[in-house]
Amino acid sequence: MEDFIKALRASEVRVSPAEAIDAHRAMMEIGYADRTLVKDALCIALAKTEEEVERFDACFDAYFTRDAFTGAPPSSAPQPGEGRGGDVGDLPLAQMLLSGDQISLAQAMQAAAIRARSTDVRLNTQRNLMSRRILDEMGLRELEELIQRLREMGLPRDAALADRLAERREALFEESTRFVDRQMVLYASETGRRLREGLLAQQKLTSVEPEEMRQMEALVKRMAKRLATRYARKRHRAHKGKLDVRKTIRKSMGYGGVPFDIVWKTETIEKPKIVAICDVSRSVAAAAQFMLLFLFCLNEVIEKLEAFAFSDRLIRVGAILEEEELDAAIASIIKKIGFRPTDYGRALSDFSELHRDSLDRHTTVIVLGDGRSNYANPRLDIMREIAHRSRAVIWLNPEPETYWGQGDSRMDQYKRFCHVATVCNTLNQLERIIENVLRTYMPR
Amino acid sequence: MTVQLSRTPVAQPPLASVEAIIAGLAGVGYIASRRIATALFMAQHLSKPVLVEGVAGVGKTELAIATATLLDLPLIRMQCYEGLDESKALYEWKYGKQLLYTQILKDRMGETLEGAHSMEAAMDRLHGMGDMFFSDQFLEPRPLLKALRVEGGCVLLIDEIDKSDEAFEAFLLEILSAFQVSIPEIGTIKAKTPPLVFLTSNNVRDLGDALKRRCLHLHIPLPDAHLEEKIVATRVPGVEAKLTRELVAFVQSLRTIELRKVPSISETVDWARALVLLHAEALSTDVVRETLNVLLKYEQDIVAIEPRLNDLLGRASEASGGE
Repeated sequence: MEDFIKALRASEVRVSPAEAIDAHRAMMEIGYADRTLVKDALCIALAKTEEEVERFDACFDAYFTRDAFTGAPPSSAPQPGEGRGGDVGDLPLAQMLLSGDQISLAQAMQAAAIRARSTDVRLNTQRNLMSRRILDEMGLRELEELIQRLREMGLPRDAALADRLAERREALFEESTRFVDRQMVLYASETGRRLREGLLAQQKLTSVEPEEMRQMEALVKRMAKRLATRYARKRHRAHKGKLDVRKTIRKSMGYGGVPFDIVWKTETIEKPKIVAICDVSRSVAAAAQFMLLFLFCLNEVIEKLEAFAFSDRLIRVGAILEEEELDAAIASIIKKIGFRPTDYGRALSDFSELHRDSLDRHTTVIVLGDGRSNYANPRLDIMREIAHRSRAVIWLNPEPETYWGQGDSRMDQYKRFCHVATVCNTLNQLERIIENVLRTYMPR
Repeated sequence: MTVQLSRTPVAQPPLASVEAIIAGLAGVGYIASRRIATALFMAQHLSKPVLVEGVAGVGKTELAIATATLLDLPLIRMQCYEGLDESKALYEWKYGKQLLYTQILKDRMGETLEGAHSMEAAMDRLHGMGDMFFSDQFLEPRPLLKALRVEGGCVLLIDEIDKSDEAFEAFLLEILSAFQVSIPEIGTIKAKTPPLVFLTSNNVRDLGDALKRRCLHLHIPLPDAHLEEKIVATRVPGVEAKLTRELVAFVQSLRTIELRKVPSISETVDWARALVLLHAEALSTDVVRETLNVLLKYEQDIVAIEPRLNDLLGRASEASGGE
């Protein structure tokens, strides 16, 4: 039972000690006889979301089929006459192998695995070591000695016996490797995945491999969800301690002037309004794509999210992102305006035409781009106006700070009008920045 | 529903085993899968609340109602919404009566305090009087308190818990784990018989871990064809077996398509009722087109499905055995 819960935790079903106790109590109620009943009962006690139910089912099946010893050595029935000759001695492993007793073998392996602590296996490289350790625990060394001894005796009967033992030993090797593999799947797949995800979150957004895209997407969604739930919670919060005198007196009228119903002042917390402007020219396209996805996942907290994309012209992309799947949306944005030489001045003047009027003191403008304007007029006057009208301007630049202002980069000039200008090149940084933006809107 | 409730005095309690629960629920018109029955069984034996999740119309609320009927217990239902607080969920003071009480007290004060010459004596007298102001008489019980006070237990249904606020969820924790509430002025009120609690959620927002940990979790998925046929047959009297098979196969095929809102059980049942009313004996393209609005609740979905009707119907009649 403990092992099963460990396996569940490894496959990302979160089980608290209290739930484990529940599971035990449930098992005491229903017993172990009926397999489906056990599965249903444990599922109800332990898996707490729809996804967890799925993972639970998979894990339960994987865990409780492992007892079946699959790869049976051929024709396991012992041949008469040479069955369990006294030669084998009282070595249980040899006896089991010869008699082809699969169930005892499976049990022995299970027991050996517990002694060898195979549930601690985490990494691929530990596999051989672990299977070796299990076999040792089962008495492999003694078996080898036995085979050796039989061979040395030189009698044909003993030699044949030794050959058969050796053959079954090979089968046992395979079996133990399979066993360890299953254990890996049960206990270690999670750790490996977490490791990979951790690395992905630190990887440069501009250099994400295509095959990692899916994983990255999932990661972005999870991060966004985490932020969304964290901040959705704080939105309605009454400020106890401040009496709303007017409302209290108004309510007291109903009770003949006695203030029974006391009304406290509540603070409505404004939701942030975010305007995102993304550069989709080739150099920063990948980063922009994640940025947009991230913001859209955050829709729950952000009341008003306006997204714009530009290279030489600027367009509104909110509708495209909302209606289409990520891939299609990115593709159609790129098709419309992508891969042309960037012109920040032009894009900014487009922006001020389209959206200037709706910038107000609740708006945070987030610009994502490298600030490389191809030597065109950077239109700093517009940038100044944007900074003036909005609550904050945050510029995220995927380039390292030392490159700012070199070549055609105008970053050093834009920087003056930004409240925050920072390097943002990994998902972790992105999450941190967005979190900071949200926090400024929320009460301490 | 023509199904009569068989409320014969049962020798054996209806929640004695999973099989008994399935049979019992079927008796009151609710076809339960094994997992649902197991959840109910465990809820009873571990006395823990059950958190029921699933898409809208899959029978979450219905499960609580059916259980209450099965056990012959009163059902106390509380609908959650944003802004629900403890004065609406748990208890409220009867302000008007409290006010009257203070008036009476004022009038009587002269009599009571007669002869008490010093302030101390007057205060002593005052303390000697019973303090009625915050007492049971002035307590107006709301659903949760009612559920705790019912003699002999009840079924408490907290509907759509995900619609309530975070704070209210936290407030529920005490009730759910210990079946008791604390009222600051009076003290702790404990349930005489722990009620059987169902919480339902549509996953509008993620519930807190603390709440989930205190509950057994039951996720009701959309049923497979076999189960759904049984449900339709129970809920819609007078529907023919062939039609049932066809319409269930059709609905099942709809569920494989990307729709804004896939039809769930309640839609299937409504549709079956509509078809019976129209005296439809088999699914024809015209009948389906006319009644599609029962099944699909969004204009876009209807528009998306209509041109494919023939194709879908063909597949449905194949799947139902094509008899």
